[in-house]
Amino acid sequence: MTGSTAARSRVRSRRLDPAQADEYRGWLRQMMLIRRFEEKAGEAYSLGKIGGFCHLYIGQEAVAVGSLAALRADDYITCSYREHGHALARGISARAVMAELFGKAAGCTGGKGGSMHLFDASRGFLGGHGIVGAHIPLATGMAFAAKYRKTQQVAVCYFGEAAVNNGAFHEALNMAALWKLPAIYICENNRYGMGTALERASAIYDISERACSYDMANEVVDGQDVLVMHAAMERAVQRARAEEQPTLLEVRTYRFMGHSMSDPIHGHYRTREEVEDQRKRDPIAVWSQRLMAEELMDEAAVKAMDKSVMEEVEDAYQFADQAPDPEPGALYRDVYAEERHE
Amino acid sequence: MPTLTYRDALNQALREEMQRDPDVFLMGEEVGVYQGAYKVSRGLLDEFGPMRVVDTPITELGFAGVGVGAAMVGLRPVIEFMTWNFALLAIDQLVNSAAKMRYMSNGQIGVPAVFRGPGGATLQLGAQHSQAFESFYAHVPGLKVVTPATPADAKGLLKSAIRDDDPVVFIEGEMLYNVKGEVPEGEHVIPLGQADVKRAGAEVTIVCHSKTVAVALRAAEQLAADGVDAEVLDLRSIRPLDREAILASVTKTHRCVVAEEGWPFAGVGAQVVDTIQREAFDELDAPILRVTGADVPMPYNKQLERAAKVDPGKIVAAVNEVLYR
Repeated sequence: MTGSTAARSRVRSRRLDPAQADEYRGWLRQMMLIRRFEEKAGEAYSLGKIGGFCHLYIGQEAVAVGSLAALRADDYITCSYREHGHALARGISARAVMAELFGKAAGCTGGKGGSMHLFDASRGFLGGHGIVGAHIPLATGMAFAAKYRKTQQVAVCYFGEAAVNNGAFHEALNMAALWKLPAIYICENNRYGMGTALERASAIYDISERACSYDMANEVVDGQDVLVMHAAMERAVQRARAEEQPTLLEVRTYRFMGHSMSDPIHGHYRTREEVEDQRKRDPIAVWSQRLMAEELMDEAAVKAMDKSVMEEVEDAYQFADQAPDPEPGALYRDVYAEERHE
Repeated sequence: MPTLTYRDALNQALREEMQRDPDVFLMGEEVGVYQGAYKVSRGLLDEFGPMRVVDTPITELGFAGVGVGAAMVGLRPVIEFMTWNFALLAIDQLVNSAAKMRYMSNGQIGVPAVFRGPGGATLQLGAQHSQAFESFYAHVPGLKVVTPATPADAKGLLKSAIRDDDPVVFIEGEMLYNVKGEVPEGEHVIPLGQADVKRAGAEVTIVCHSKTVAVALRAAEQLAADGVDAEVLDLRSIRPLDREAILASVTKTHRCVVAEEGWPFAGVGAQVVDTIQREAFDELDAPILRVTGADVPMPYNKQLERAAKVDPGKIVAAVNEVLYR
């Protein structure tokens, strides 16, 4: 362990640096954008404009925003299928993400990926992967490539706590530690793998301890506080970039919505009281109150920010709704590098 | 032209491609210090060092995924499975990650990786170590599947596979590593998707690949002694399948037998037969027959194993049947 509790309290007690106010406000805006985007996506799903599976990120916004803010533009990012928030935080436009959810040609994967397979190679955003845990070795391979080419790039992998019981997680972390790869594994511990609570699936409660099996640096991070998340990520990035050492961050967070759109908010596996209790630490409220308390924003500014975010989301919705479907010829395109039609 | 074993032809292809392109690296179990479980990678660690010849833990799912990830960002990994039997642990990475990445990223991300290792029926290794998997992978859009039968093809096809921008499943014949043959030196590159007539003939086409090419050639010799002129068509690539070559041969001979080491149900031969009946139905003078491994897990006992495997006698019998002899 790396003294995470002490590090966390230092971050909490330190006054925010006014010189970084723009960045801090930017984080709030990104979190608000994700929240309003996901609310709109849920609405569009109910209207039948989004099909298939749709996993919302509401409640976990500070994790993607705080961690991605610590990366370089050329770093590599892979995510699970709950990745709308990461895509937005990495700078993919709300229009391109919403259009992808709508299956439209203007989507960031041309309408062929959908909610679970968002990509933007120009931003190092390398998916949206739909098989639990299977993308963890992919990120390890990207970290291997960075080391192979000596580029000082970092490969970051986001996954849920349910993925740590999967062989791919252990195989990937073992190799990353064995070969000293610049990889950062971010376990977003939202307490439930679909409807199975952590303690019903994992023999140990502290997922960070799993890193000890591989002598890997690890921290438990408060994922509802964007500043704490960012600070932990900066330490991990430093470790990866300067020391070629991987890190496992266990980020404690909570999803305020169901597992997917077909899952009610609490269902049979958690109580309404628990959800209400967790909602008291809404990451957006935590951060906006902090910024107001330290007089980096006032209430009017927060409200204005929310209004501008809602306009951006509404614009994305209208754009996606009116955008054309992929043309029929797209069906057989990009199966192979050389197009073949069969 | 130098004579090399199939194993050394593969080694030569790897060495030449690693010399040519610094993005090519080899990763797998025992590929480095041990010099390869089947000695395909002999000498490569000394020449290229441990960053390019990477020994892995026994973790097929893990290192196959590492290969896919490295390929997604532009390296050209050659991932060695000690055998394709063990690669079933990694099939998710081949099917769900490698094969689909280009499509689901809308063409943004390719996976220029080669997954290679031995497969096919072996000698008394029992049910879990003696299997042919090419039909599994050939089923999947996004993968290419290559099964060389000779040392020259092994070299030329591996070089093509490494240069290919898509994931290639490269299944070597486990029983072929010691087979010798002439192998062109240097730049010998065989395009994927081209079948090869290994023996020209006029009366019947025997379609085969990998180890069954040698079996079919022996069958053709026996048939020749009996006055039957058989053509042996080696598919070399299962996907893309060289439909033109299959149809050209059957259009000439009007009769066909398809041989493979794998199981009969939904096998490679089923696809070949489908192609012929759809596109050359009127050319056929007899139903097409298939000769396959028996529809059982491979038994250990020598006599039972012999009964389960494709052999020249079974091919000859099938040829006689399609000739109504």
